[in-house]
Amino acid sequence: MTAVPLATSFVQSQSFLDVLYIVAFGLFIQGLRGLAGPTTAVRGTRIAAVGMAIAVIATLLNPNEGNWGLIALGIALGAAVGVPAARQVKMTAMPQMVALFNGVGGGAVFLISWSEFRLTHGYSHTATYIAIFSLFAAIVGSVSFWGSNIAFGKLQEIIPGRPITLGGAQQVVNLVLLVLAVAAGAYIASGEHSQGIFIGMLVCAALLGNAVVLPIGGADMPVVISMLNAFTGLSAAATGIALNNPALIVAGMIVGASGSILTNLMATAMNRSIPAIVAGGFGGGGAVEGASGAGEHAGTVRSTTAADAAIQLAYASHVMIVPGYGMAVAQAQHAVRELTKALEARGVEVNFAIHPVAGRMPGHMNVLLAEADVPYDQLEEMEEANQEFARTDVSLVIGANDVTNPAAKNTPSSPIYGMPILEVSESHSVIVIKRSMNPGFAGIENELYYEPETTMLFGDAKAAVTEITAELANI
Amino acid sequence: MVIASTLTTNLSILVLAGFIGFVVISKVPNTLHTPLMSGTNAIHGIVLLGGLLTIGLAGNGTFNKVILVIAIAFGTINIVGGFLVTDRMLEMFKPKPKAKPDTTDAGKGDGGDGKAS
Repeated sequence: MTAVPLATSFVQSQSFLDVLYIVAFGLFIQGLRGLAGPTTAVRGTRIAAVGMAIAVIATLLNPNEGNWGLIALGIALGAAVGVPAARQVKMTAMPQMVALFNGVGGGAVFLISWSEFRLTHGYSHTATYIAIFSLFAAIVGSVSFWGSNIAFGKLQEIIPGRPITLGGAQQVVNLVLLVLAVAAGAYIASGEHSQGIFIGMLVCAALLGNAVVLPIGGADMPVVISMLNAFTGLSAAATGIALNNPALIVAGMIVGASGSILTNLMATAMNRSIPAIVAGGFGGGGAVEGASGAGEHAGTVRSTTAADAAIQLAYASHVMIVPGYGMAVAQAQHAVRELTKALEARGVEVNFAIHPVAGRMPGHMNVLLAEADVPYDQLEEMEEANQEFARTDVSLVIGANDVTNPAAKNTPSSPIYGMPILEVSESHSVIVIKRSMNPGFAGIENELYYEPETTMLFGDAKAAVTEITAELANI
Repeated sequence: MVIASTLTTNLSILVLAGFIGFVVISKVPNTLHTPLMSGTNAIHGIVLLGGLLTIGLAGNGTFNKVILVIAIAFGTINIVGGFLVTDRMLEMFKPKPKAKPDTTDAGKGDGGDGKAS
C-alpha cells in the first residue's frame, strides 16, 4: 500500500466525489461574489464556509481514507488553537492574525509536499509534472510560512518593525538562496531520491522567506501581507495539481489572484514597484534624506490645545477625519466615533478620508471604524475625498502621517515623491493629532506640519480625541 | 497519454480559475479588503484536503504521521480561524439600526474590550 504512487490512486477516485468538489468550488466563487458589498458579505463568507465543509466531507468519503484517529487529532488541535484566537483577537491586531493564519496555510503546504516526497520514495514512479508541482508547492509554501511568521513578529513587535537588512549584500543573498532552492528542486525532479536534498531545499526556502521579509519596513506591510497571501494561494493550487484535486486548484488559484490584485493595488497606492519593496530597506535610505531635509523648512510648527481644537471643530460645517495607524495603536476608534456623534449633534457634517494603505493591511482602517459603528457611507476613498478637501473647513488627522505628506506631490527629491496622497492641505485648516514630531515609519519629515493652516495637538490619539469631545460639551 | 490529459485538464482549470478570480475579486470595494484578505486566507486553508488525502496513504512511518497531523492542524487553524474572524469582521459592517442615541457617553470611554458587539 505504501508504495502506491499518489497520482494513480487519485485518478481512480469516484465521479461523485468530483461532483462534490465542483459544488464546493462553485460555492467559493459564489461566496466571494458576495464580498462585492457590505450587505451581502456576511452571507457570502458563510456560503464559502459551506463550500469548505462540503470539500472536507468529500475528502473524508474517499475510499483510500484512513488513520481516522490521527485526522481527528489534527482537526481537534487546529480547532483548539484557531477558534479562541479568532474569537479573541482585537481588530487592531487583525494584520498579525491574518499573517499568522496565512503562515500556517503555507506550513501545511510544505509539510504535505514533504510527506508526498517521503511516501513516493522521492517521487519514484511518479509523473515528472507531479513532482514539479509538488516541489514548487514545497518551496513557495516554505517561503510563505517563514515570511508570514516574520511579518507576524514585526507586526506584533516581537521583532523590530524597522528594516533589518544585510545592506548591499541583501539582494545577492536572496538571489543565491532562490537559485539554490530551485536547483535542489530541479535535481530532485530529474530523478534524485535523497531526502537530504529535499530538506536542503526546504531550508533554503525557509532562509529566503526570512531574508525577504526581515528587510521590509512597517509601512510596506500591506504589500507584503498581500503578497504572502498570493504565495500561499499559488502553492495550494500547485498542491492541487500534484494531488489531482480540482477544489484545491480552483480555491488556491482564486486566492492567488486575489492576493496578486491586492499586492498590485497596494504597491500602486504607494507608487512603488513590487520588486523595489521586495528588495526592501525603505526606512534606511529615506531616513537619512529626511533628516537632512528637515533644515529646509522655513515654517514653524504651531501647537494647539484640545479646547481650541474643539472650538474650531464646533464652528465648522464640514469636517474630514483622516485616520491612520496611530489611531489603531492608540485604540482610539471608539473615542473617534464619540467625537463624530458629538459633532453631528451640532449639525457638523463629518466624513472620513481613507487612504488605501492607511494601517498595516489593505482596508485596515475600514474594519476599525466599522468596529466603532461608523456607518460605511461616511467613509470616503482617496479620489472621492480629494475632491472634498477644498470644501472642508477642518481636516482632523489622527495618527496618519506619510499618506498626508505634500512632499509626495511637491518635492521630487523626496523618497515618497509620486505616491498618491490625501490632499489634506487643500482644506481651510488642519489639526494634526500626533504623539511627537517624530517622523513616521518611512522616516520622512512631513511638510504638512509646517504649513500655515496646520496646527498640532500633541498627545495620545485616544486621550486627545476624548479631551476634544469633553471640551465640545462645554461650548 | 492519460497523464498528459490529466495535466492539461488541471492546467485548464487553473487558468480559468485565475481569470474568474480576477473578475470576482476586482469587484470587491476597498472597504472590504481586510475581510477579503482574511476570507481568501480561510479558503486557502483548503490545503487541509491535501493533508487528509495524504494521511490516508501514510500506512506506516511515525515521522510521516507526525508531519501530516501537524499539516492537518495547520490547515484547520487556517480554515476555522479564518472564517470565524472574517465573519466577526463582516458582522460589524452590517448596517446598524440607526437613531439610537440612548447609549451613555461615559461607558464608551474605554473601548479596549470592544469585541463583537
